[in-house]
Amino acid sequence: MDVILFLIFAAIAVVCGFNVVVQSHPIASAISLIGVMGSLAVLYLLLGAEFLAAAQVIVYAGAIMVLFVFVIMLLNAGAEIRKGRALLAQVLGIPLLFTFLGLMAYFARNMFPGAADVRFGGFQHGTAADVGRALFTQYLLPFEVVSVLILIAILGAVVLAQKEME
Amino acid sequence: MNFFLLSLIKAVVVAAVLVTTLAYLQWVERKVIAHIQVRMGPSRVGPHGLLQPLADVIKLITKEDLIPPYVNKFLYLAAPFFAITMALLSISVIPFGSEIHVPGGTTWMQLADLNIGILFVLAVSSVSVYGIALAGWASNNKYALLGGLRSSAQMISYELPLSMAVAAPLLLANSLSLRHIVEGQAGYYLGFIPRWSIFQTPMPQIFSFIIFLIAAFAETNRVPFDLPEAENELVAGFHTEYSSMKFAAFFMAEYSNMITVCAITTTLFLGGWLPLWPASAGSNYVPAIVFLLAGAISLYHGLNPARRLDRLTLPVVALVFFVIAAVFLIPVLKEALLPLFWFAAKTGALLFLFIWIRGTLPRFRYDQLMAFAWKFMFPMAVLNLLVTGLLVALFS
Repeated sequence: MDVILFLIFAAIAVVCGFNVVVQSHPIASAISLIGVMGSLAVLYLLLGAEFLAAAQVIVYAGAIMVLFVFVIMLLNAGAEIRKGRALLAQVLGIPLLFTFLGLMAYFARNMFPGAADVRFGGFQHGTAADVGRALFTQYLLPFEVVSVLILIAILGAVVLAQKEME
Repeated sequence: MNFFLLSLIKAVVVAAVLVTTLAYLQWVERKVIAHIQVRMGPSRVGPHGLLQPLADVIKLITKEDLIPPYVNKFLYLAAPFFAITMALLSISVIPFGSEIHVPGGTTWMQLADLNIGILFVLAVSSVSVYGIALAGWASNNKYALLGGLRSSAQMISYELPLSMAVAAPLLLANSLSLRHIVEGQAGYYLGFIPRWSIFQTPMPQIFSFIIFLIAAFAETNRVPFDLPEAENELVAGFHTEYSSMKFAAFFMAEYSNMITVCAITTTLFLGGWLPLWPASAGSNYVPAIVFLLAGAISLYHGLNPARRLDRLTLPVVALVFFVIAAVFLIPVLKEALLPLFWFAAKTGALLFLFIWIRGTLPRFRYDQLMAFAWKFMFPMAVLNLLVTGLLVALFS
């Protein structure tokens, strides 16, 4: 059952991811990206990380992608037009992509030898309580640093928007 | 009984009840609004217009199904489907009652108890904005687009105070599972004040309740926050180009969202299926008494009819009420029916509040709506969360 679900949603994620690049209309790309986010959430769920799955849907599929779609709708962006591509990209593009993927797989396998033992539902610390405890004890400093970083980014956005209005 | 069969039965029952409630909620709304405005409301189809929802469904199914030539066809067709799917999804985690005995074991009156229950609801509600936003965009119509844009901006903005208001009672309950949240509200202070979240020490969640309710109005696009479909500005907003059952899908989604949000409010703040006062003080007889009174009033008006037809219809209604009252006194069914009654009563009261407000308040202006969310609701919700957190940390 787990394997079947994994295969289904992994396939959806890959197809949607591919679709993000292939589609010429920004809205279609954005919706494919939502598909990727949703299927990733299901994959987290299969691993037993239920809090992460919910956060993935709420934050990425729910908030960030809504903003993407909102901006695309507001700008009324049309379909992009294909221009002629460089000869180098046409010839080397696909082989280079596969080389890159192969290298990634190779390094992932060599650098994290324990990763081969991942099993469905094997992740035992995925509840909200566990995540919260880890964030506020073991990872308190990185967590706070990241929140300050995000705050700075928000301030930057506000300042930039202010300038536009004057 | 095995798990699969039981789940299937529960799913069918919940779906059937939900869809029936959807249809009749619309009848109730039209009647209540009509009486607020000193009108009769639907009264032609069936006694007291009771068959009006059925007539509406037949009308909507048989209407011509237009697809304008200038729409983005895939998204235009997918949007209402998405909206109704997301609207029906979150009912699956709501607990309607306590554990009951069924042939061959016990079961909970709930489809699924997730340990991230409330997060699941938030996730579904945050994704459900796509139905409206994409409907507005795919219609390729300026009014629809403006409606879709307004709706996405409004739903993103009000989701923040909504989530903050949800977080505060979670601090008291110390769980994300909706079942545990309700169980944590069991018991009474001084023997009669219920330990519901809105009364619970150390920090009664009354502010959180009000913020949640206001944000819920905005999330469900109800008056006074129905700017996505403000008919005097936008024709019909995001569903301008939709007809027939596709229009009905949006309509059903709106009402379904309303029911879900009221059920969640009941679960989080009003103690779910728990009675208003302890069973030792006679709360078990409340449903029987309520239905008996309703029956007596109907019978009285049937015997002193204001209209000619009332002499026939109201005694029948009274008889139905008396039968329901009798059913609530059967000891075997009590276990299942009493929690259901309290849950339905609280949810129904909230639904009535939704309708009442629609009949009372005018619509916001768009900038007022946004300023209200960001400059008032959000700071209040954060403040409430901070105070609750402090008090919980100090006293429990």
